[in-house]
Amino acid sequence: MRYLLRKLGFYVVALWTALTVNFFIPRLMPGNPVDIMLSKLGQHGPVTPETRRAIEALLGTDTNRPLLAQYGDYLHSVATGNLGVSVSYFPASVSSIIGQTLPWTIGLIGLATVISFAVGIGLGTVAGWKRGSWLDNVIPVTTMFQSVPYFWLALILLFVLGSVLSVFPLNGGYDVYRTVPGFNPAFVESVLYYGALPALTIVLSSVGGWMLGMRNMMVSTLSEDYLLTAEAKGLRPGRVMRTYAARNAILPSVSGFAISLGFVVAGSIVTEAVFSYPGIGSALLEAVSSNDYALMQGIFLIITLSVLGANLLVDLLYSVIDPRTRARS
Amino acid sequence: MALNTQAAEPIDSAAVGAAPRPARRRLGLPPMTAKLAAGLVLGGAILFFGLVGPLFVQDPAEVHDLGLAGPSAAHLLGTTQTGQDVLAQLAYATRGSLTVGAIVGVLTLLLSAFFGVVGPYAGGWLDELFSLFTNVVLVIPGLPLVIVISSYVPDKSLWLVALVLSITGWAGSARVLRGYTLSLRSRDYVLAARVAGEKRSRILAVEILPNLIPLLASQVVFAVIFAILGEAGLSYLGLGASGSFTWGTMLYYAQNGLALRLGAWWWFVPPGLLLALFGAALSLINFSIDEIINPKLRNQTRAARRGWRMSRQQLEKAREATL
Amino acid sequence: MTAPVLTVENLSIDYLVEPVVHAVRNVSFSLRRGEVLGLAGESGCGKSTLAYAIVRLLKPPSAVTSGRAVFHSREGVDIDWNELGAGDLRAVRWTKISMVFQGAMNSLNPVISIRDQLEDVFTTHRPEMRRRERRERCARLLDRVGVDGARLHAYPHELSGGMRQRVMIAMAMALEPQVMIMDEPTTALDVVVQREILGEISRLRDELGFAVLFITHDLPLLLEISDRIAVMRAGEIVELADALHLYTEPQHEYTRQLLASFPSLTGERGSFVRGGFDERLLALDAVRADEPTTGSAL
Repeated sequence: MRYLLRKLGFYVVALWTALTVNFFIPRLMPGNPVDIMLSKLGQHGPVTPETRRAIEALLGTDTNRPLLAQYGDYLHSVATGNLGVSVSYFPASVSSIIGQTLPWTIGLIGLATVISFAVGIGLGTVAGWKRGSWLDNVIPVTTMFQSVPYFWLALILLFVLGSVLSVFPLNGGYDVYRTVPGFNPAFVESVLYYGALPALTIVLSSVGGWMLGMRNMMVSTLSEDYLLTAEAKGLRPGRVMRTYAARNAILPSVSGFAISLGFVVAGSIVTEAVFSYPGIGSALLEAVSSNDYALMQGIFLIITLSVLGANLLVDLLYSVIDPRTRARS
Repeated sequence: MALNTQAAEPIDSAAVGAAPRPARRRLGLPPMTAKLAAGLVLGGAILFFGLVGPLFVQDPAEVHDLGLAGPSAAHLLGTTQTGQDVLAQLAYATRGSLTVGAIVGVLTLLLSAFFGVVGPYAGGWLDELFSLFTNVVLVIPGLPLVIVISSYVPDKSLWLVALVLSITGWAGSARVLRGYTLSLRSRDYVLAARVAGEKRSRILAVEILPNLIPLLASQVVFAVIFAILGEAGLSYLGLGASGSFTWGTMLYYAQNGLALRLGAWWWFVPPGLLLALFGAALSLINFSIDEIINPKLRNQTRAARRGWRMSRQQLEKAREATL
Repeated sequence: MTAPVLTVENLSIDYLVEPVVHAVRNVSFSLRRGEVLGLAGESGCGKSTLAYAIVRLLKPPSAVTSGRAVFHSREGVDIDWNELGAGDLRAVRWTKISMVFQGAMNSLNPVISIRDQLEDVFTTHRPEMRRRERRERCARLLDRVGVDGARLHAYPHELSGGMRQRVMIAMAMALEPQVMIMDEPTTALDVVVQREILGEISRLRDELGFAVLFITHDLPLLLEISDRIAVMRAGEIVELADALHLYTEPQHEYTRQLLASFPSLTGERGSFVRGGFDERLLALDAVRADEPTTGSAL
């Protein structure tokens, strides 16, 4: 119980830090983001006072309102979900854009990451178990895939499989011409088809890391005393590999998974750029290129929230699979 | 009934299974394996190219008449869309990327060593504070933050990019270092030094830091890989250092010049290839450092197994019995 | 019941690296049914290696280079463990010979419960047993070694060292083996707990009649619980005798040295032997307080 409270407390602090950083960045950077936004918005029509207030709360105002009051307005805005209006997708509100794009990102990137983790851990378990086998030679190869810049690998795969061999589509999240969004089989099939290549590139580029980590931990764990006990007990090799070796060896990888979530998000932005995938990363890049500060800040906030949430989930999972953590705190 | 034997002879070797320690190991260096040699040679070659190459090539910014031409005698790696020599750009780009890598490597080392070693060694509330700070920085996603910051500053120098990458990248290393320092802190020889009254700063420098060196080295190598890949990714998104040549900016221009679609592989492939090769070289070096940090890995490698003097039948028998 | 349950004949074990290390040299002895045979010696003399070899737990590059260890079952079947295939070996492990390891600190799987670890010997070797029967057996096993049944749901890190060792003993007894090999089972425990554990072992042996190969460096401990004692040094057994005879009439010089190195609570000041036979051993070569030390006189 104490462990849980400690963890929650940490995440509250992290969230508060992220909110505060988000508050200060536009106010500390050179240039005047508020004026830029307001003038851009003004091109589409008169700006309502609420919109003006929302923008000012988010990005700062040059009236002499005390900083603390601004901070209060900002927190209030965020809490009520009012993240302002987007310039690049006018007149859509920031929250609605996020609502539309976030599921695509979580779907594609989330699924691909989980697959990559599962495959990497599985292969690593076997490689570590049969130490010295040919699988050990696969590892340097997959690790080399990791040192290749992801977008380079993705572009080449896109070129080869998309342009040259035409196995996969070149961009987009689904077939906009022939399917209609909804829970119909044509749409679902289209989503899967369009998501296959991006997912493949993600898996290829990250599976090596999981495999290597798991293999090393397996080799380490195999020299532990309880493995000797298991062997002496005459247990079946499968059970020993899973319940005695892998169950212990996987622990650092799980906490590593939590750390990697931040990088997963980073990778997702590049993936969506390469494949023109309609996720939150694409929206962020669009916002950057049109100086849509409100959208940018909003997306940053949501991305941070997602990462914190996912981290919390993984931490809780870790406390379930390692009984010692519950005692440690 | 007593079972008497003659006086026992001394055992052949006191150290069970240890060959005489080779000179390299005595120095604390990783054993020279094929992997390490490959990594050093490859990395060294690229480093050499980056340092010396720019002195021997043409001006990378100079525009020639042949736009998007393949490799020829005049231009060994062809030209870009605007007629600039690719080989020259590659040499300068190597230097640029390696510079970013070096800067980030040093900054990350300093930041992570400070928060990851000094903090836990000092203990108490300072350690708690540093740890909290590290974890918070770690959990806040780096690239979006970098993107947001970068978007406010349209013209970035190489140094700025390196700085931003360091600020978002040190936390992972710090956490790893912290874990290791905490375990070192309670080792017997450290406790002995404290009881003997040695000054804390001296203990840190003399007892703890030397043991951290392999881990620090491994983390620096990771940081350099991260920096180079990160800079490439940023540049690809158009947020990189404007006005400088790096592998990433080359790829950005190549992508924008539709190099791949137009089949201009000589422009698109070399920067990415060098990036991959350098990253691979660093990974190989890291593998070897890993074997020092985790001695259990050493005995299980295929190289170690070759040192065994077991017959095939004996190995088969052993395989039956063990898992 | 004097027929042997385990016979070791000319067993040699080498550590096959460059240069080769002879860990165990030409060792022969037999373990009688129901007896407690102590195996004593200093660190590195090969006693653990010998024990592991009997149940084929040695890992490469260690290997048995000559001789054999034969298990004689109650039904009259002789099994040379070295000749068994992988499947047969697994079947016969723990059911015929079980082990209690040194320092149960790390000998239990830290991420699964005590009950899971006790039960998996049953699920592996007695698959026909039903769940309820299994649960009852486990509870009774713990009861027998003096551990509260509620501990079944606990994890290893929640138990004290003594309790973990008791759990290991319970686990070793689960399939009622004919031989239990105990490798320094009490070394990591404090003396009070040590005494309790030894008491349990003796009591259980009396109840169930299994033979024990008790390995330790603590010779005086063996003097109290063993029927016979073998002294090992540098890979060879230098003496093997009745416990009483070993103590009163040690034949080998090394045995005498070993006996003479344990401090005594009784006897003259400066004497180094435990128990009541101080005079005789003092006459042999125990260290005197007033003489310069020259080691063993004989």
